[in-house]
Amino acid sequence: MSALDDALVWLNDPLNWQGRNGVPYLTYEHLYISGLAVALAAVVALPTALLLGHTGRGGALTVLVTNVSRAIPTLALLTVFAATAIGFGNRATILALAVFAAPPLLTNTYIGMRGVDPDIVEAARGMGMSERSLLVRVELPLALPLIAAGFRTAAVQVVATATLAALVGGGGLGTIINSGFGRQDQGQILAGGVLVALLALGTEGALALLQRSVTPGRVRRWHRLTDVKPRETADAVSLS
Amino acid sequence: MASLSSLASAHLLAADAPSNPWFTWQYVQDNKDAILAALQQHVILTAQTIAIALLIAFPLALLAFRFKRLAGPVLGLTGVLYTIPSLALFAFIAPINGFGLTPRTVLVGLVIYALLILVRNILVGLDGVPDEVREAAQGMGYSRARMLWKVELPIAVPAVMAGVRVATVSTIALVTVGVIVGYGGLGALIIGGFQNNFYRAEILTGSVLTVALGLTADLLLAGVTRLLTPWSRTRS
Repeated sequence: MSALDDALVWLNDPLNWQGRNGVPYLTYEHLYISGLAVALAAVVALPTALLLGHTGRGGALTVLVTNVSRAIPTLALLTVFAATAIGFGNRATILALAVFAAPPLLTNTYIGMRGVDPDIVEAARGMGMSERSLLVRVELPLALPLIAAGFRTAAVQVVATATLAALVGGGGLGTIINSGFGRQDQGQILAGGVLVALLALGTEGALALLQRSVTPGRVRRWHRLTDVKPRETADAVSLS
Repeated sequence: MASLSSLASAHLLAADAPSNPWFTWQYVQDNKDAILAALQQHVILTAQTIAIALLIAFPLALLAFRFKRLAGPVLGLTGVLYTIPSLALFAFIAPINGFGLTPRTVLVGLVIYALLILVRNILVGLDGVPDEVREAAQGMGYSRARMLWKVELPIAVPAVMAGVRVATVSTIALVTVGVIVGYGGLGALIIGGFQNNFYRAEILTGSVLTVALGLTADLLLAGVTRLLTPWSRTRS
């Protein structure tokens, strides 16, 4: 495998670890783009889903949004945004990725809110809780494990698809693969692939730990027993 | 990055140019052959992906279903593969001898993505068969193979078809990334338009056709599901 040797040589070249085209800066840029995209999506999707879930309306809407967003290629939206007045570069990338981060957040939060035991909600109302404190102090904490699951799905997906920004003049680790293909440098292609894969798997692992920390042990055991992982819920809904 | 600065100046020129409409019939007429060729490549790559993925997913899912111990590792491995970004996956496959800039590179990558969705849904479908139904079939003297073919698989059809629908729509969206090795179906129009001085008509034609193809395939497969499950029609 000469490509493997070439990849090791590429990874060991100090020049590839310096400056604005170096691995550290590109990793930082990749995470910065992803973080802003998820934050932007959360600002829009979370309040919407919390309200929809609280009132019990909009279930069909969340399913529709999830299904339609699946049919839109990330690459298409990235390119269309880059060709508008937004201009190509990181701003267009962040906006396009935010559009794809919203559906998992929306769906999981909605399901989490709807999944709160109606008896608990009734008890809270009986105790004289206002709608607002019912939402903030009862429903939201109980929905938190699923909200975290949606957050994880969205973030991992964004980190993965941020790679594509390189095809339309954006930054991040994808640029290593893209320019590798441009130069037909097998070693650089492979090295870029390894770095991108590691970042995606690392994000997944880190957020899985975060999700665990906000999921009570009882809920975790219940999910294990019933064989339903919170993460799968977003997909399960769109299947129906 | 010389290419970036030239792109930047190209962008300025495009912004100064008087008209760069998002859609023109002129573009579609002038490039009819190229558009149809891209569409054809897109459909063929998708069909091949789903066919191959189904051929691999069924034995895997059946193994994981019969030997429950295998379910964890099978789903875990396909899950890890699913997390790897598509561009990175193509970057892993392309350097292998015999792949490189060929449709095979795209095909292998897309099959890997479709696998997780299909295996998971086939397992969900088989798990959803009620124990009473299984016991009844056993009591009637059904062999294991006959039970699978005549009882379990038909009951699993809705879940399996739901997986096929999601896998098909995702594959149609992902084919576009294949443009990196020169086989991206309609992705060639999307990226071609971008590189061609932000030619909006080309970009949007490619994008809209991809979305339309995905939604059409989804509707068609929904129809197939109805045909395959005549019993569910009368109930609803």
